[in-house]
Amino acid sequence: MTSTTNNGEEKIPFWRDQRFWRVALQVAAVVLVIILLSVLFRNLTGNWTRRGTRFTYSFLTNAASFNIGETLISYTPNDNYARAFLVGLLNSLRVILLGFIFTTIVGTVAGIASFSENWLVRQISRVYVEIVRNTPLLLQLIVWYFTVFLRLPRPDNQIILFNSFYLSNTGIHIPWPSGSLLTWLSVLVLIAGTIVAFMLWTWRTRLIVERGESGQPQLIGIGAIAVISLLLLIFGLGWQIPQSPSSGQVQGGLRLSSEFCGLLFGLTFYTGAFIAEIVRGGIQSVSRGQWEAARSLGLHSGLVMRLVVFPQALRVIIPSLNSQYMNLAKNSSLALAVGFPDVFSVAATSLNQTGRSVELILIIAATYLLLNLIISVVMNQLNRAVQLKER
Amino acid sequence: MTTVPSSSIAPPPSARSSPATWIRKNFFSNWFNTLLTLLILAGLLWWASGFLNWAFTQARWDVIPKNMALFFAGRYPAAQRWRIWILFAIVLAVAGLTWGTLVRNTPKLLTRNVLTWVGVAAAITILLPVPTQTHIILLALEALLLATAWIGHRVGYKIPNLVNWLPLIWGITYVLTLWLLAGGFGLRPVSTNDWGGLALTLFMAVSSIVLCFPAGVLLALGRRSDLPMIRGICTAFIELVRGVPLIAWLFIGKFIFPDFLPIGSPTPNNLLRAIVVLAMFSAAYLAENIRGGLQSIPRGQTEAAQALGLNPLLTTILIILPQALKISIPAIVGQFISLFQDTTLLYIVDVQELLGMANAVLANPEFLGRRGEVYLFIGIIYWVCCYAMSVGSRRLEQQMNTSR
Repeated sequence: MTSTTNNGEEKIPFWRDQRFWRVALQVAAVVLVIILLSVLFRNLTGNWTRRGTRFTYSFLTNAASFNIGETLISYTPNDNYARAFLVGLLNSLRVILLGFIFTTIVGTVAGIASFSENWLVRQISRVYVEIVRNTPLLLQLIVWYFTVFLRLPRPDNQIILFNSFYLSNTGIHIPWPSGSLLTWLSVLVLIAGTIVAFMLWTWRTRLIVERGESGQPQLIGIGAIAVISLLLLIFGLGWQIPQSPSSGQVQGGLRLSSEFCGLLFGLTFYTGAFIAEIVRGGIQSVSRGQWEAARSLGLHSGLVMRLVVFPQALRVIIPSLNSQYMNLAKNSSLALAVGFPDVFSVAATSLNQTGRSVELILIIAATYLLLNLIISVVMNQLNRAVQLKER
Repeated sequence: MTTVPSSSIAPPPSARSSPATWIRKNFFSNWFNTLLTLLILAGLLWWASGFLNWAFTQARWDVIPKNMALFFAGRYPAAQRWRIWILFAIVLAVAGLTWGTLVRNTPKLLTRNVLTWVGVAAAITILLPVPTQTHIILLALEALLLATAWIGHRVGYKIPNLVNWLPLIWGITYVLTLWLLAGGFGLRPVSTNDWGGLALTLFMAVSSIVLCFPAGVLLALGRRSDLPMIRGICTAFIELVRGVPLIAWLFIGKFIFPDFLPIGSPTPNNLLRAIVVLAMFSAAYLAENIRGGLQSIPRGQTEAAQALGLNPLLTTILIILPQALKISIPAIVGQFISLFQDTTLLYIVDVQELLGMANAVLANPEFLGRRGEVYLFIGIIYWVCCYAMSVGSRRLEQQMNTSR
């Protein structure tokens, strides 16, 4: 406990020694946390022994015996709780992934629109951001669900757009690839085509820049890939168009339930407003000289944004985007409020049935922590890719 | 399609442009813009006609005035509702005072902008479909806000130190609020089960803010500490809290928290648990915002303070923290705004705040299917509160920007 001294120096009392306090403070903090945790744990075990329960995950293999409205994999109430969670998790992932895509589009468009030459576009972007950011997300979700998607006409009176979109208050049917072997093959070919086209494009740019060649052959190659891709997109995927054999019934295509649509739209437009602000800030951070230089090269303003400013703004945008994506993932747990069976709402139902609160909350916490970790790792990779490469 | 960001461009030449050229430049500068303008105008017209048609022919607005008391005070006993009004009056008076003192350096309080907003607020108040008595009270409250702001502006100009007393004034207001809501000491006690509506929303938000602020500062300092164990504990806490959705924490507060209490001890009340959860959640986020501010303080500040002989504690309290907090004001207010919005989640764990009250009203068979009207109404309330906070924070930021 006494402070260490150097030879020949007068010993300073330990309470004046910073080294002592550094150690003492840390020890105190750790001891405090351990005491707190052990007290909480003892209370918990005490309460549980009194009630005659103990920590166990054995209920996971019991039959869940509740139905789940929409599932990506087969599920019946006879299946066990573990499978119910899997169904919920897949539903969550569906909302989250689609949410990422749509919210990025909405946010980027709204962010760029705030620099538009058109006064109306600028004002609409501003009003959108101000309204959405200053009202609670839960209210927005409820409004989307109850006053937009549940207000659609009843199935026997549904809205039909272009003979292929069927809108009613039970859900929306849209054309969707059939999912046969041909579809998957086409998807593979499309992905391969994209990669080849991208490589051709970089090759062409290099040839034009370094050797001053025309790049005509490569352009023809890219054009050919584009034509093939277009044909595959139209015919190869095997689009299923929803059909309505009798009134109120729709077959084929993909059915998106009202709950799913409400949640997806709410999350998309809410997070989109935040992303719009991030995009706006990022664009503003690009210096004026970049705009002027690009304009003086004769690029028109759309091209300036796309080729010069936006890629530079990405460096500022991507780190903040990370936390917005995490927020979207966490906010998807509000699915409970609109009755969409995501992992949280499945867990909440299970909690009501089994009373296994601690075990279930641990599952939920682990799920979301893992999700956030994955998002963070992916976004950091992306961030590394767009950062300025200096020696 | 796009222009140079306005903030980074030199001001345009001062040649006055006529409205016609302004319209041409902003709406019809080229074919693309013209098309965009026409499309948007068509869309806006379609939407506006639909909305107005709904608002004036289909919507039945009587659900709002009939339930005004529920929206604002929940199931608070009718005989005691004057206490809520007084509470609102006190809060508004202190808010006005704060506003006035914070803008004390501006030459005029009632700029055209402010007057426009006052006019709009008064007009909306008069148009609200409520009994005349409520009209008068609401107008009086608005007048009170303006009057106290004016007084604050005047007095603040004379006594610049008044700003330093604001936290104390707010502290007293908080205690007063609690006393008015709960009763006791001569007032009839009202159980927390009867608190509700906007009053409860505000109470929950303010209580959580009061609790989360010191916790957030401590967590941020802990995370920046050079003591590895303390840093580790704080980091673990912050990451754990931020990694799990708020609604899961609220479930923990509701279902598990009682299990962690000593055996046989009474369960703390629902509101208290919710406040603790909200505060803990916000503290973790706040800590990250404040950490940003702490990181932006140059190391020279610490070194200078040490050279003066200040110990680490005093260096932090006197030199680093004030600067860091000033820098992070926008982020902190942003966090408070989202905390205010997050109070809506409490309705999922059976706290009858504003959204919960709205749903309770909608569950009444008499008002079935009036969701649009009710949600629009409470949406406007939330919007006004949050927008006021964000405008206030922007002003505060400008006021405190003394560095240049």
